[in-house]
Amino acid sequence: MNIAVCVKQIPDPASPYELDDENHWVVRPDDQVLDDTDKSGVEIALQLAEATEGTVTVYSMGPTGGQQGLRTALAMGADRAVVIDDEALRGSDALTTARVLSAAMTQEGFDLVVTGTESTDGYSGVMPQMMSELLDVPCLSFARKVEAADGAITIERQTAGGYDVVTAPAPALVTVTAGVEPRYPTFKGIMQAKSKPVSTLTAADLGIESETGQMIRSVEPVEARAAGEIVEDDGDAYIKIVETLEQAKVI
Amino acid sequence: MNIWVFAEEDEGVPSTGSLELISKAQTHGDVHVFYLGAGSDASFAALGDHGASDVYHFDAGDTLASAPASAAMATLVESADIVLFGAGNMDRDIAGRLAARMGRPVISNALDFDGTDTITVFSEILGGTLGISTEFTAKSPAIIVTRPKAFTAEPTGGVTPTVHTVEMPDTGRSGGATVTERHVEASEGPNLEVAAVVVSGGRGLGSGDKFDMMHELAGLLGGAVGGTRAVVDAGWVPYSYQVGQTGKTVKPSVYIACGISGAMQHLVGMKGSATIIAINKDPDAPIFGLADLGVVGDVHKVVPQLIEALKARS
Repeated sequence: MNIAVCVKQIPDPASPYELDDENHWVVRPDDQVLDDTDKSGVEIALQLAEATEGTVTVYSMGPTGGQQGLRTALAMGADRAVVIDDEALRGSDALTTARVLSAAMTQEGFDLVVTGTESTDGYSGVMPQMMSELLDVPCLSFARKVEAADGAITIERQTAGGYDVVTAPAPALVTVTAGVEPRYPTFKGIMQAKSKPVSTLTAADLGIESETGQMIRSVEPVEARAAGEIVEDDGDAYIKIVETLEQAKVI
Repeated sequence: MNIWVFAEEDEGVPSTGSLELISKAQTHGDVHVFYLGAGSDASFAALGDHGASDVYHFDAGDTLASAPASAAMATLVESADIVLFGAGNMDRDIAGRLAARMGRPVISNALDFDGTDTITVFSEILGGTLGISTEFTAKSPAIIVTRPKAFTAEPTGGVTPTVHTVEMPDTGRSGGATVTERHVEASEGPNLEVAAVVVSGGRGLGSGDKFDMMHELAGLLGGAVGGTRAVVDAGWVPYSYQVGQTGKTVKPSVYIACGISGAMQHLVGMKGSATIIAINKDPDAPIFGLADLGVVGDVHKVVPQLIEALKARS
């Protein structure tokens, strides 16, 4: 099975990201990392590829920078990467991103697309669904478990109160929640990743013009909650908690 | 203004989130509801009571609803000004497909919206520290995905709505997904989203069996148990427990965070709580920035002491 995985390089979440003053876009340093939520997607894709003697191609749109994030996905075991890095695509919204990634996958071919459920920096949470519509495939979303057998993809789809089992014939798009523990790259994997092919495409290669139908008008700090009382537990802190519960009239 | 709301059935009645959206929408204009589920006179009446003037009922049966529902909606909402969605998984699935089908942008995580000719959406980013206003500059309809509990469900005593039945459209390959099994993972005690007290555990608990302690504490307070994304990912508790950006949003009278550091993704789901109590051994944990009472200490000592103290009172 030919598996396409969407990954995003994001600013290291350990240091809060910044917005530029002019357009309010996320400032993207050269040393972006692989979004944690995408690691599960890469893991699922690798497992399915191993089970079906398939291949895994990672797709990413955005400034490539030092490629750390991409190399992490390749070091985990993905075979190659396709990057769409184009200044003209800066500030694209989810729909443009979906158009770009779908066009690249259509050009390269796929049996299954795997994505996370939302990126850690953007959080629009609808980009994979947009891709499924553009690719004309079922969207097997919020999967905590994925299996491929006899040309069909079957998932456990998380719902508000439990899960549904959903199945569809390939090709399909699957969005995975972080329910699967991603593998750590091995030393061998890291070394091999350095020589794995990374091809770069532009918007023009895919025949896409960047457009956006939304504009950020203002960004203002939100008034923070008033700071509360912090106590060091000396063995009696639980009494403080009981008092707080009493004040809140829940006991 | 012509507003459409996507509403979904939950255990035979319209979901609370759906009624919240309809209540908000009816303050802006005529509300048309696309209702996904088996449907019943009582459900339709509830939609009307919250402000729906007409209901387009769609039952997808065992077909995964996202593809056919978005195709059906695309025709219906062509002349709408706004199409509103909640934050549920099916909401996001349909909103995304609908937007791509119609070639319109989606603005997500909305806490509010306003405007007549131009629609502006208000949302918060970076764990709720920055508020942003985003304007739709594309052709209508403006497709908006809202945060849970952004609005309050209020009956308006509205009339019984006119109900139209939406036929299953042929969506070919996209519509080829089937739901073969449905499982409910029951959790003990009151519903997490409406409980007056929520006791939540994070990685700091150390292991999944420590959730017994969370359940015991919640039981004594008549509350519900929640968890962070990290503990759900670790398999300690099911996804239905998850509080945060990608889980549930809770606004209880008291939220007790046990061994939770306070990742932004978690804070977004609980910062609206009236009183926040946090217990964590790391004095620099971000959760202390929001806590009304922060206890720097060992959750394995403080929580058992608290449980004993509460037992002694009852």
